[in-house]
Amino acid sequence: MTAITREEVAHLAKLARLDLSATELDHYAEQLDVILQSVARISEVAADGIPPTSHPVPVENVFRDDIAKPGLDRAEVFAAAPATEDDRFRVPRILDEEEA
Amino acid sequence: MSTNHETVPFEEAMTRYEPIIGLEVHVELGTNSKMFCSCATAFGAAPNTQVCPVCLGLPGSMPVLNRVAVESTIRIGLALNCDIATWCRFARKNYFYPDMPKDYQVSQYDEPLCTNGWLDVTVATDAGPQVVRVEIERVHMEEDTGKLTHSGGATGRIHGADYSLVDYNRAGIPLIEIVTKTVVGTGALAPAVARAYVTELRDVMRALGVSDVRMEEGSLRCDANLSLNKPGEGWGTRSETKNVNSLRSVERAVYSEIERQAAVLDSGGRVIQETRHFHEDTGRSTSGRSKEQAEDYRYFPEPDLVPIAPSRTWVEELRATLPEVPSVKRARLQSTWGINEFELATLVNAGAVELVEASIAAGVDAAAARKWWTGELLRVANERGVELAELPVTVSQIARVEALIADGSLNDKLARQVFEGVLAGEGDVDVVIAERGLAVVSDDGALLAAIDEALAAQPDVAEKIKSGKIQAAGAIVGAVMKTTNGQADAAKVRALLLDRLGVSE
Amino acid sequence: MSSADADLIRQPASVLAAAICDGEVSSVEVTQAHLARIAEVDGRVHAFLEVTAEAALETAHLVDEKRKSGANLGVLAGVPIAVKDVLTMRGVPTTCGSRILEGWRPPYDSTVVARLRAADMVILGKTNMDEFAMGSSTEHSAYGPTHNPWDLERIPGGSGGGSAASLAAFEAPLAIGTDTGGSIRQPAAVTGTVGVKPTYGGVSRYGLVALASSLDQAGPCARSVMDAALLHSVIAGHDPRDSTSIDAPVPDVVAAAARGDVRGLRIGLVKELSGDGYQPGVLQRFNEAVEILQGLGAKVVEVSCPNFDYALGAYYLILPSEASSNLARFDGMRYGLRVGDDGSNSVEQVMSLSREAGFGAEAKRRIMLGTYALSSGYYDAYYGQAQKVRTLITRDFTAAFTKADVLISPTAPTTAFKIGEKVDDPLAMYLNDIATIPVNLAGNCAMSLPVGLSPADGLPVGLQIMAPPMADDRLYLVGSALESALTDKWGHLLIEEVPNL
Repeated sequence: MTAITREEVAHLAKLARLDLSATELDHYAEQLDVILQSVARISEVAADGIPPTSHPVPVENVFRDDIAKPGLDRAEVFAAAPATEDDRFRVPRILDEEEA
Repeated sequence: MSTNHETVPFEEAMTRYEPIIGLEVHVELGTNSKMFCSCATAFGAAPNTQVCPVCLGLPGSMPVLNRVAVESTIRIGLALNCDIATWCRFARKNYFYPDMPKDYQVSQYDEPLCTNGWLDVTVATDAGPQVVRVEIERVHMEEDTGKLTHSGGATGRIHGADYSLVDYNRAGIPLIEIVTKTVVGTGALAPAVARAYVTELRDVMRALGVSDVRMEEGSLRCDANLSLNKPGEGWGTRSETKNVNSLRSVERAVYSEIERQAAVLDSGGRVIQETRHFHEDTGRSTSGRSKEQAEDYRYFPEPDLVPIAPSRTWVEELRATLPEVPSVKRARLQSTWGINEFELATLVNAGAVELVEASIAAGVDAAAARKWWTGELLRVANERGVELAELPVTVSQIARVEALIADGSLNDKLARQVFEGVLAGEGDVDVVIAERGLAVVSDDGALLAAIDEALAAQPDVAEKIKSGKIQAAGAIVGAVMKTTNGQADAAKVRALLLDRLGVSE
Repeated sequence: MSSADADLIRQPASVLAAAICDGEVSSVEVTQAHLARIAEVDGRVHAFLEVTAEAALETAHLVDEKRKSGANLGVLAGVPIAVKDVLTMRGVPTTCGSRILEGWRPPYDSTVVARLRAADMVILGKTNMDEFAMGSSTEHSAYGPTHNPWDLERIPGGSGGGSAASLAAFEAPLAIGTDTGGSIRQPAAVTGTVGVKPTYGGVSRYGLVALASSLDQAGPCARSVMDAALLHSVIAGHDPRDSTSIDAPVPDVVAAAARGDVRGLRIGLVKELSGDGYQPGVLQRFNEAVEILQGLGAKVVEVSCPNFDYALGAYYLILPSEASSNLARFDGMRYGLRVGDDGSNSVEQVMSLSREAGFGAEAKRRIMLGTYALSSGYYDAYYGQAQKVRTLITRDFTAAFTKADVLISPTAPTTAFKIGEKVDDPLAMYLNDIATIPVNLAGNCAMSLPVGLSPADGLPVGLQIMAPPMADDRLYLVGSALESALTDKWGHLLIEEVPNL
């Protein structure tokens, strides 16, 4: 497993929607590399043919009856919203300027 | 954004290229509640009134799967001749978008509930109807997103908008994605096959009662993938056309994309793998947002939901609830209604089968029901660019009009005017008749006066009839119909006329 | 604080509940005593992020009225409790220790909170924690660290340091914690208190703001094994709102705690959870406890769980992966912090600016780590492999539980360290959870209880008991027996030795 580069960290930050500063990029590149080298030990384990565990307790087929119930009051829906308009959540424009 | 509008005429393109199509259809299930929470799913509710902590993605909330959504999906899979998985899971598809409350979509990724099916569709050709088997790759479940509206800018579109508004009523509505394998070898029939497939799929959904499949409300959405293959060479690059919102558009979208890609290839260019947006008004598509790098969705199994392991007993119980397959049903209708394949194809293409059936159930004569739905009403639907089923006319209104024709209160011409009024929203059948004064003139005195008037105006015709040339009566009847504005019963006018002149048939 | 109040706050929850039930003391008096204590010491301890004094007194009053009317009361009715700020509580700020959720008031109760209310318990407020439960020291709270009542310059463990410290500071007789990799048990160990991570699916996660959904589990924090059992019985049980909740009867933990017997029980010492990296003082107290257990009639055997060596690696891939997805929703669109919405920035920019400003260093570190581990091209090597290792760790447990009825180890390799000592050394910090993580990966249950003070620094040492899934009662059976023996030896619970604040 290869070392993680600053460019990769910048790409990850973009994917994860984190507007990291240049200092943070340097710092995290270094730390992520150390952490990844440490956790990469798991590749030593011979795990071919071992089924992965995604749920720790084997429960299956959990369903809910198809009955509609009232949701939240409008006031509660918007109580924490940073911006609203016409009973909708207002969000910044979707496209960047160069795309618009 | 591509501004290349060069095209090669379809017929010409077909001489050089073989189209390869693939269709992804999204169907919103008509469950009472959402996929993972108990919120209602009614279309058209006031914004953000059908939301709760779960479908708003509030911190701490957790999904619980709707049993009926699973059952509907299994029934769809069975109707499409699919294998039903014995064990499958949901995954999270991670990407940020403000219409997605959790910034991931819960979707079946590599473990769909149904796989490997097929659907036979019939298309009309010069050589008669042809059956094409469309193979189904997968049917999987996912949750729908919220609805964005764009504000500011001139067009109300995403481009140029100053900001956007989100309504999460739609977020979490159960969505089924049905993906075909690539359909090859259909040649110039490709656009028709695409349309016939989506039509057939819609009929299957409707017959199953799992969705109202209304394209104009977005409960059935189609993405059309297309590439052109130059015989002898490898398959071309495919484009994906979205925003295809009617059956007619499915056909047009494939048709126009063939013309566009052929032009690109003819000019030595290369087709770009991209998402395109279809525009109903122009019948053409434009390039969507360019994706410089493929999205990395970072799928992983959804840990908040447990696996679905449908027992074979459950699957068989669901199989027993399947309705008659639409294609089988149509064969049956063809024989009971005594119509040929062409007439049936007309009904199917018009989306009129269920409507005719319902009209007959409401008491309308089979021939009359077909006549109305594929005649006058279809003409209006095409004129308005909507589906037949979307016309504001009900089968009980058709039954009422037919009853009035039968008792002589209306004739064919008046009946058309009644529908014209009903479609224009003037009210129910009897209201339109009253408001427009459309009742057949049944007052003998008035009719006799009109007959006398016509006879006086055409004495030579009167003589001919008297002399036994009864076929000449048509001219007088026509004149009477004209003076009564068509509001007379032609047969009655004829009888009165002959009686007046003392001749018998 | 009056001497009557001073006496009330040191009582076990079970004693308070009985006294309230018998009318010897009112819930209002008990609640007031704890609120007074909070007012007195929390400036120094900082266990609470929010104290809901008014609502607490109102509830206490209602409980007292209910008692007077002769209505049946639950086993912990009228007893105050502190709730970790990661569980939603309708109308009360829930921050998860993060700036990004500052001021957010959930419109709904988590199931745990709903059960506490239904049991007529009095919620005192929300306790401090590492941001989104990421940490082992509570230093990663955006609202400042919590201090360990044993030594205010030291950490109270994490992520549930606030809940543990509130117990050790006698600000609350009971608390709710959540445990993703040790966040109930490690704070219990370093504060001389008792903490239990129930079987995964034993307590509903509905309303628990997820860190890593397949690992998170809420559980009881208390000063004694019996108190923990009583609280466990209140919060556990099937919840139809949590698909991963187990639909089976809750093991009778209260009866087990009351019985407290290890005679004939096979107790397994996990070879891999000892030795290098464990402080000698920790090992000394642990070994003494093993001798006590043997003296009580338990049969001690050594077991090996070779894949535990890879648990930390698997955990620090699975947790960040799930966390990166769980924390995506904090994007400033529907609630929480929004930064840079000045009309010039696009939605992507505003999301990125909001998340940059709203998340702390550890949250960002783990979000990026998880984003990386799930990326196409790396998934198989990291997340996929980690999930396989997880299977192997579960198999190690299964094998070990054929040889032993419960397994034991030190809870944490060290006693409480100094605030600031490891805050920017993630690997050193992660090692705190080395003994607690395997249980989260396998989904079974575990308890930490105090076994003395380390001779090296006079700070509490915890012992961890691990039991198979849905055998939570065994934790209490063993824990109670050991606690009784130690209490007999010391003449009191270890917590009585905490210095006066």
